[in-house]
Amino acid sequence: MEPQKKITSLRMEHITKRFPGVLASDDITLSVGEGEVLALVGENGAGKTTLMNILMGLYQPDEGRILINGEEVHFKSPNDAFAAGLGMVHQQYMLVPNMTVLENIALGYKQAWSPLKLDLTMVRDRINEISKKYGLYVDPDAYIWQLSVGEQQRVELVKTLCLGARFLILDEPTSALTPQETDELIVLLKRMSSELSIIFISHKLQEVKDLSSKISILRHGAIVFEGNTDEHSPSDIAALMTGHEVDLPQNDEAACNGTPVLDIKNLNVKSDRGFLALKNLNLTIRCGEIVGLAGVSGNGQRELAEAINGLRKVESGEILFFGENIANKTPYHIIEAGMGYIPEERNTEGIVPSFSMKENLILKDTGREEFSNHSFLKNKAIEKNANDLRVKFDIRSPNIHVAAGSLSGGNIQKVILAREISRKPKFLIAVYPIRGLDLGAAEFIHKQLLEKRKEGIGILLVSEELDEILDLSDRVAVIFKGQIQKVLDRKDANRRSLGILMAGVKDDQTV
Amino acid sequence: MTKQFRILYKVSIIILAILAAMLIGSIILMTIGADVFKTYLVILFEPLKTTLQLSEVLLRAIPLTIIALGISVAYRSGIINIGAEGQMAMGILGTTAVALAFPELPKPVLLPMAVLAGAISGGVWGFIPGFLKAKLQVSELLSTVMLNYIAAQFYTFLLRGPMLDPAELTMGSGTPQSMRLSRNLWLNRFLPGTRLHTGLFFALALALLIYFLLWKTKYGYKMRAAGASARAAKYGGISVTWYLVIAMVISGAFAGMAGAIEIAGVHRRAIEGITGGYGFSGIVVALFGGLHPAGIIPASFFFGLLIVGADMTQRMVGVPANMVNVLQGVIILVIVATKMILADPYLMEKVWRKVQGLGKKTKEVTA
Amino acid sequence: MNFIVNILSLGIPFSVALLIASLGEMFNQRAGVFNLGCEGIMAMGAFLGMLVPYSIGQGGATPGIYNVLGLLLAMGVGALFGMLFGFVVVTFRAPQGIAGIGLQMFGVGTAGTLFRHFVGGTQSVPGIGNLPIPGLSKIPILGPIFFSHNLLVYLAFLFVPTAWYILFKTPWGLRVRAVGTNPRAADSIGIQVNKVRYQALAVGGALAGLAGAYLSLCQAKMFSDEIIAGRGFIAVALVYFGHWHPVKIMGGALLFSLAQALQLAIQGQGINFPYEFAVMLPYALVIIVLAFSREKQLLGPTALGQPFNREKRI
Repeated sequence: MEPQKKITSLRMEHITKRFPGVLASDDITLSVGEGEVLALVGENGAGKTTLMNILMGLYQPDEGRILINGEEVHFKSPNDAFAAGLGMVHQQYMLVPNMTVLENIALGYKQAWSPLKLDLTMVRDRINEISKKYGLYVDPDAYIWQLSVGEQQRVELVKTLCLGARFLILDEPTSALTPQETDELIVLLKRMSSELSIIFISHKLQEVKDLSSKISILRHGAIVFEGNTDEHSPSDIAALMTGHEVDLPQNDEAACNGTPVLDIKNLNVKSDRGFLALKNLNLTIRCGEIVGLAGVSGNGQRELAEAINGLRKVESGEILFFGENIANKTPYHIIEAGMGYIPEERNTEGIVPSFSMKENLILKDTGREEFSNHSFLKNKAIEKNANDLRVKFDIRSPNIHVAAGSLSGGNIQKVILAREISRKPKFLIAVYPIRGLDLGAAEFIHKQLLEKRKEGIGILLVSEELDEILDLSDRVAVIFKGQIQKVLDRKDANRRSLGILMAGVKDDQTV
Repeated sequence: MTKQFRILYKVSIIILAILAAMLIGSIILMTIGADVFKTYLVILFEPLKTTLQLSEVLLRAIPLTIIALGISVAYRSGIINIGAEGQMAMGILGTTAVALAFPELPKPVLLPMAVLAGAISGGVWGFIPGFLKAKLQVSELLSTVMLNYIAAQFYTFLLRGPMLDPAELTMGSGTPQSMRLSRNLWLNRFLPGTRLHTGLFFALALALLIYFLLWKTKYGYKMRAAGASARAAKYGGISVTWYLVIAMVISGAFAGMAGAIEIAGVHRRAIEGITGGYGFSGIVVALFGGLHPAGIIPASFFFGLLIVGADMTQRMVGVPANMVNVLQGVIILVIVATKMILADPYLMEKVWRKVQGLGKKTKEVTA
Repeated sequence: MNFIVNILSLGIPFSVALLIASLGEMFNQRAGVFNLGCEGIMAMGAFLGMLVPYSIGQGGATPGIYNVLGLLLAMGVGALFGMLFGFVVVTFRAPQGIAGIGLQMFGVGTAGTLFRHFVGGTQSVPGIGNLPIPGLSKIPILGPIFFSHNLLVYLAFLFVPTAWYILFKTPWGLRVRAVGTNPRAADSIGIQVNKVRYQALAVGGALAGLAGAYLSLCQAKMFSDEIIAGRGFIAVALVYFGHWHPVKIMGGALLFSLAQALQLAIQGQGINFPYEFAVMLPYALVIIVLAFSREKQLLGPTALGQPFNREKRI
């Protein structure tokens, strides 16, 4: 590869992009100069990823233009963006799992292509060259599925650099990393910023402070603030991000000392890949308490929630629910025993998108006497139920007959919440309940959870957001590689203590 | 976006789809040098000209309706049944076996028993792929097709052997067919001069039954949920695999009943070629009818029309009857493609914005 | 001993149609698309293969070039059908299972219609004869089994390592595999997912057409409605439990053809086994193998059957 010109300035001017029903990018202008690191900040759904996808040629803007080194460029596809020297590491890694690192990089390395042969040696040499230059070492012959999340990210970085990136875009680079891996990455990026300019997307204020030189804040598709990082405090930035004081309802009441309702003993559960996702996991939750399960996504949270609800096989161990061992019972049985569940994927696990709102609200109750008469459904009762819940939970929809999948994320979550809560469960499992929701919806859901806690219902709250966990939980359990590291009381739980445990360090003194 | 636009958009898409289907059909017709216009005329209108022909159309519509109803139950429950041919064949065998074994039983006993036997035989043949999918994740697309071939061989075996008409043996002609079945099995033909039989009302009754089952009962709700989103249904406590199997059994049973009705109403003996593509045509009818009894009934009529019409084209315009398969295949391709277009809100918005843009430009020009 | 030699020497040419069609379908599935219409494309191929020599020679012998033209015509139209399928399932993103059935009906119907019009009846063609390899074909036992077949048989088996090389050692093969496993990753790196899928479908279609032509020109030496007898569907199944790998697929093709050859050999021996049950054997075998093959998804295209939509938000 011949040495290419450095990218000294990149500008996006008046970029506008519409998707059906939503203005994803609203007249956005931003610029990055030589050696600068721009943090693109905003809540989920603010439009950050869309904007970067436009920059990388994956989407075409409806209006506006992009200038590199002062010249206007038109990217019809990612190939054009690569040719101009841009490279992106996406939030969900763009790697083919059953191919090797070498093959994944060769996929973009057109110089090694000839009609009859794939010159893998050329690719291998290039990888070595980049690895040496930046200190990023990867094993070219490893299959992607064999690598850890952190290692895969390194492959993505090497890939973009091999393909000639002189400008890096990183989308939520630390979302799947432990605090330790995060620190390593920030050091690396700081080093690289002397050679390349970087835009990185994040909603984590601390790393924005650590790494960036400039900040642009996006809200509802528009830039609401831009400035230099040094001149502002994290709380200023947080307030600008959300538009009003960040004030999620806090759990200030004393913990209830009730009887254990969910008692998990030595639970062993396999993941989809076949190895153990949960290893001798122990956890007890009492009535009237919220136990927050903190941990980086991918440490067994999904498998735990599924195992408790009968959706995944328990290899060994017990799950005692009000004294009954529900391990490996059918989901129906567990639901009837009083388990409530707000699942992780609201669109595919929580609702049947093509069914109407009223139909979704009785998903688990078609056998109940109030909704069916000897197998025949009682339409009037079903409609009344839907209308009542719609008011009570403030679900914004044109009517109760509209397809549930067409509602906004927050309202879909409200439908699920309404259904679960109105069934008067004895216990509730909420998995990432406010992920991707706006503050209003999040506040509502948290209020509901606290109310149920007051009524004496035990709740297992699984979340990645330490703020949410710290606000709501009576006790916090940290899960790491399928085991509970430790369970902390409210007073002992803070960002630092939890962060250490999330990284797998059991003993406080070693840090 | 206005409501008028929405309706206009959808109607235009459907019209374009129909034209596309006819166009592709025309290409084939032109390849064999046939008169395209005349051919379509024959297929679509000729059978409507006499009562006899019309009755033949209805005659075809009866098994099509029953099979399509069964297929729509399966489809809505999340499983695609390509095995109706084989299930129908097994149903015929079941019916014939009962009729051959108990010819003396009075009609009110024999007829229901024989039809039930047909339903059970078809149901069993539907159970197999359903079970294989539920327990062993075997794709039903492949297992049902294989079972069609197996059933066809089994059918021939029985007709040439154990079920062979003794008269054929003595005469030495060896046509694979059973002997004429007892009159106690026969469905009455109620339109003099035609073969139209009371099975018609049975088919309509089944349509009503399916409507109630799927939309008015809790079992139907669960089946539809399982088909619409298996994952969410599972999370909701619905046993998806169980309903999958039930749906295939129902689907097979309906195909089996269609076979029973054909025997009892039309042929009155088991012969080769009865299934004659009804199994596959049933799929097209189900899709065309929007997987709903209210749509399936007129759709069956339409495809009955195509089948009878295509029979006539050989004589009248020199187009082989195979043309009906061409049309059915094209219709399936066009339907699935059209469904995707209609379900795409992005596209509708894009077109709306273009139309608005054009409207603005026209206003500017005229202003 | 003769019995076994018989079965093997029959089984190998029997496997060719299945082998060629399966290798074609392998490219389809590796790119993420399964084409149940394979059966219909094979029917078209079977008709077109014999159409050319029949039209020229009216059933009598013709110079070999017309057979070759027939093969090429079958491949060309097969590729077109493959791309038509692509239009429906790649561009419109329609569900592949049902669309495949539609294509199958279309192909079978068109083949039947055109046949009845242009040829009709049970006309046969001399087809392509055997080409025993001089010297090698005289070896006892091995000779009749391996070296006494026609050219297409040899080419078909040579295609197995060729297909392996194309899939695993060329840039196109790399693109095909990426597109079928993680189309989003391929898209983000600048590969045109839909274009690669169309290409794979064209290749698959061409091979299915060739397989059909083999049946009419080399095996049956005629055309009939029942000539394909489900082999197109079996080919789709084969790819699936051959784990999308050319060598395993070859093994599967041989397995089913040997079952078929066994049926004929049994008949030949005069063993009193009902003909129809023997015919059932390969189909039942497919179901049994499908039932007991454990999905090795990691080995193959994990995006199989899912249409690609870049605008779809994850």
